[in-house]
Amino acid sequence: MEERQILLRNRGKINPRKASEYIATGGYEALKRALSMTGAEIIEELRLAGLRGRGGAGFPTFRKIQFAYDAPGDVKYIVCNADEGEPGTNKDRILLSCDPCAVFEGMAIVAKAVNAHVGFIYLRAEYAYLVPVLEQALESSREEHCLGNNIMGSGFDFDIKLRSGAGAYVCGEETALFESIEGKRGEPRFRPPFPGISGLFGKPTVLNNVETLANIAPIFRNGWEWYRTIGTDNSPGTKLFTVCGNVKRRGVFEFPMGINLKDLIYEVCGGMEEGRELLAVQTGGASGAIINASQIDMTLDIDQVSNSGGRLGCGTILVMDDRNCIIDIVRNNLEFFKDESCGKCTPCREGGTRLYQLICKIAEGRGSIRDIETIEDLAETMRLTALCGLGHSTAVPVTSSIQNFYSCYLRHIDREYCHVCSEEDDAV
Amino acid sequence: MREEENYSYKTPSSQLVKIAEIASHYKGRPEMLMKVITKVQKIEPAFSASVASVIAREMDIPQTQVYSFVTFYAMLSVKPRGKYVIRMCKSAPCHVRGAKEIVRALEDLLQIKMGETTEDRRFTLEYCPCLGVCEQSPAIMINEKAYVNLTPESVRDIVKRYIRGEV
Repeated sequence: MEERQILLRNRGKINPRKASEYIATGGYEALKRALSMTGAEIIEELRLAGLRGRGGAGFPTFRKIQFAYDAPGDVKYIVCNADEGEPGTNKDRILLSCDPCAVFEGMAIVAKAVNAHVGFIYLRAEYAYLVPVLEQALESSREEHCLGNNIMGSGFDFDIKLRSGAGAYVCGEETALFESIEGKRGEPRFRPPFPGISGLFGKPTVLNNVETLANIAPIFRNGWEWYRTIGTDNSPGTKLFTVCGNVKRRGVFEFPMGINLKDLIYEVCGGMEEGRELLAVQTGGASGAIINASQIDMTLDIDQVSNSGGRLGCGTILVMDDRNCIIDIVRNNLEFFKDESCGKCTPCREGGTRLYQLICKIAEGRGSIRDIETIEDLAETMRLTALCGLGHSTAVPVTSSIQNFYSCYLRHIDREYCHVCSEEDDAV
Repeated sequence: MREEENYSYKTPSSQLVKIAEIASHYKGRPEMLMKVITKVQKIEPAFSASVASVIAREMDIPQTQVYSFVTFYAMLSVKPRGKYVIRMCKSAPCHVRGAKEIVRALEDLLQIKMGETTEDRRFTLEYCPCLGVCEQSPAIMINEKAYVNLTPESVRDIVKRYIRGEV
């Protein structure tokens, strides 16, 4: 199967630090077009293109921009969420390291739509080595008059500042990210007010994922009709998939939305290593559903994955072969959420810890059916009452694995020997 | 070490002078705390009470705000740390590709457990959440450099280069 490279078209072909090379491949032409459009026209183009957020939630991008466009005020901000913290995901790192100007261009187009003059890129600390690349790319974009004052002689000013994180998964949540840029602990805010009305520094703010922003320039360069020909009706465009775990060929691949998961694993990634069988797949990172080998004949677009109880999220595909144990994987996921909960709201702080304790109990052969009921009850409570997405999705790997791997839970409850979990016990 | 000593240990005054110089550029700009902290961390791996008080004084913000900030983020620490912080990714993509064996190799080579610092204050071993190099797992990060596709043998070779001072 051939990749369809739109976002990764310049991967390895240009020097990411030089805007001139980006321009030579048609870069910043979309911005030029957008600069001659009104805000309403830009938003309409994105509505027609049907672009949806690539960070996880799949929210229509034009609506986010519309909120900030409608909000009163002279000062508005554009924020690029480069706090890619979902375990198993590194598409944004690839985009920022191969073609950062495409992301800047997307930000500038959104800025033009809402008349914002300052943008921020919030880069996670784990990617600190990208800072020099991004700084040089920003500087060379300014030299080419594609950022800064009076962009391309249009009279429109927009510049981008870099901000770093310091290691916090929850800062990928938009309001927590604002707090962090403001120099505070990255704890999510209560909503409303929503970021479109009151976001960064209390001003109307448009926040988008790196990949979403990288989609914007191709739309304005080629038109929304072209964009609609790629992907599926409800999820147009391509998607970056990070495939990791126990497959032969791992990596970040770009395919039109709607590619089949089974084909992705077996045809693109070469399937399992010799002598191994597929045990499970987790889509969408640690907060995604875990499905079993019989369920992988699945279309990957935002809605279809949601309908099957999981989420496409940021496009992570973690493949696990039969050397693994599902309970052990779920324990790993929950330990992550327990550690990453910011502690602001009780359901997530206490619920995450309790879920982790319960799964440990089951892994160690001390569990009962009653514990599974408690887990499900707790999961529902967290989903309904947690403050942000972190708490809402903590339980997803547990509840989905209970559904799809019930016999595995029973084996642990029945204290049958598990080569993975028992090794872990020995180590402790 | 008692818990309060983890924060109230001494930082050399020569360091504090340098830190004051960094923080003084951002007086009255509390939103720049992250920038100050990241810059300071390059010359001083941990934020003791004296470091926090210098930053607070120079930026004109409460010292508790610095403490509260530092203790929130995984990559910042009030506890003393080694010159090289070796972070082992604890997330599932590394976990399913033999992260445990890498941990054993690291603990064995440095003769400390995860979460500890060597006596000579050169190395700290700790777990961290996903490093974002999942298609090349298992991975570690030593300060700002990521090392990928590790085996117990390759990780020993990498850390030995730090021990010998070749990096």
